[in-house]
Amino acid sequence: MVLEKFELKGTGLKSQAVKDGSVLTMPCNPKLQYSWDTGQAVGRYLDGLKEGKLIGKKCGGCNRIMIPPRMFCELCFKDTGDWVELEDTGKVNTFSICHVNWDASRLPQGALPHLPAVIEIDGASEGMGILHVLGEADPKEIKIGMKVKAVWKTANERAGAITDIRYFKPLR
Amino acid sequence: MRRVAIVGAGITKFVRRAQETGKELSFEATKMALDSCGLTLKDIDMVTLGTAPDAFDGVHMKGEWLSDGAGAWRKPYMRNFVGGGTGVFAPIHGFFHVASGMADTCMVVCEEKMSSCYPHPQGAFKTIFDHTLEQPLNPTLIWIFALEMNRYMNTYGLTKKDIAGVSVKNKRNALDHPSAQIPENITVEDVLNSETLAWPVNRLDISPASDGAAAVILCSEEKAKKITDRPVWISGVGWNIDTAYWATKDLSYPRYVEKAARQAYEMAGIKEPHKEIQVAEPYDPFSYKELHHMEGLLLCKKGEAARMLADGVTERTGNLPTCPSGGALGVGNPIAATGLMKIIEIFLQLRGEAGKRQVPGNPRVGLAQAWGDLMQVGTVVVMKS
Ligand SMILES: [Zn+2]
Repeated sequence: MVLEKFELKGTGLKSQAVKDGSVLTMPCNPKLQYSWDTGQAVGRYLDGLKEGKLIGKKCGGCNRIMIPPRMFCELCFKDTGDWVELEDTGKVNTFSICHVNWDASRLPQGALPHLPAVIEIDGASEGMGILHVLGEADPKEIKIGMKVKAVWKTANERAGAITDIRYFKPLR
Repeated sequence: MRRVAIVGAGITKFVRRAQETGKELSFEATKMALDSCGLTLKDIDMVTLGTAPDAFDGVHMKGEWLSDGAGAWRKPYMRNFVGGGTGVFAPIHGFFHVASGMADTCMVVCEEKMSSCYPHPQGAFKTIFDHTLEQPLNPTLIWIFALEMNRYMNTYGLTKKDIAGVSVKNKRNALDHPSAQIPENITVEDVLNSETLAWPVNRLDISPASDGAAAVILCSEEKAKKITDRPVWISGVGWNIDTAYWATKDLSYPRYVEKAARQAYEMAGIKEPHKEIQVAEPYDPFSYKELHHMEGLLLCKKGEAARMLADGVTERTGNLPTCPSGGALGVGNPIAATGLMKIIEIFLQLRGEAGKRQVPGNPRVGLAQAWGDLMQVGTVVVMKS
């Protein structure tokens, strides 16, 4: 068989055809609400964030200090052990300079780009990173391996969320 | 285990927004697959369907919803889903049915309609991230690719220019694919000058959102011999999942793809993949991913895929053509259907039926690979004629 001998189906629509109603569509705006339980490990992690601390957990089997903390080690497949307070500093494992919003719409002209990064947290095992964003940083000067430190919201503002850290800033 | 052959294939055009429903697209691909090898629905023992997140369609139990279009009613039927890895996992799932002896014939159907999630499926993609620790940071899906690409470039000292050639090659290859959504003759400069969405990712480094469907027919050896004199054998399958704590792993190398590949190679008796694989369809949703995956597939040493690209090794006329179809970057990326499109391309290449896309030298051994979930799943199928 060769594809070229078949008349392939599939009719591409122009967005105008949808707009002017020449093809019919049925809109839907589902109303769904969720409330996610944080669980034991992440619950404790969020408590730590509210106190301005990064909390990890150590596995007695492989001795990894893990962030975010987990109640079980997926490698040793057993309960993890002690909670460990980590530093709020780390180094940039990788980063991006992002010009679009979460929905891929473009940032307004002149807006500062978003600076997502994976940050390896000091005190956790080698390579243990978390996703966060950088701030107070010139995009041109960000480097992989750069040392950074958390910039926290004030105690009053902190809610027990990952956003209690506003961003990580370069350590000079 | 019994030998399993691919004997027929069907595919729709890949388009940004199809007038057809997912069921209609599935029907068209499935009917074409049956017609291509002279079978009817009565000849099919079992059906497996691959389709990615329900959130694309806003339809819960999408597998059940699409089942009539997949020709499944009143047959044993299952849906499988491993994110972007689905399209190459679906034929593995079908392989189980036939290799085990449970079925003599199995139809494998993959469908994706991403356009229903309006105006863009980013809303669905956002829920891929951890709901408590990542979604509050307002991530876009492009972040994880940008972060991984930067780490990959940094680890091996690669530049954006070293990678942009993947988009150029694949979009050009797609000019010869009748399903192609965005085939184009572009240059490396065009890629580098296209809009920077999330550095280092530019617009032309990214495959599009697409609607489309594809299907293949699998058979036992005994059946295959009655249907065709050119069966293509599924000689090795592999699949593997890595940690969901994606920020804690080495982003420069897809070790889960390597594990999947080693599983498939061992089964297929392949000892030196870089010499034995003659044509490959690594998953290329982003330009760097083709290179990243070639390394995970052991088609070259770590960090050396860009050199192969620069040397023309991965062109259709090169020693190891990659994505001769045009890939996700050129043909389009209706997630699950993309992986099966890649399987179909290797099927046609090994039969010498790829038309203008045919790579020279009568290839006998090829592979297709897909990748997905939260940067953690690898799926690999090795095929031989
Ligand atoms: Zn452990």
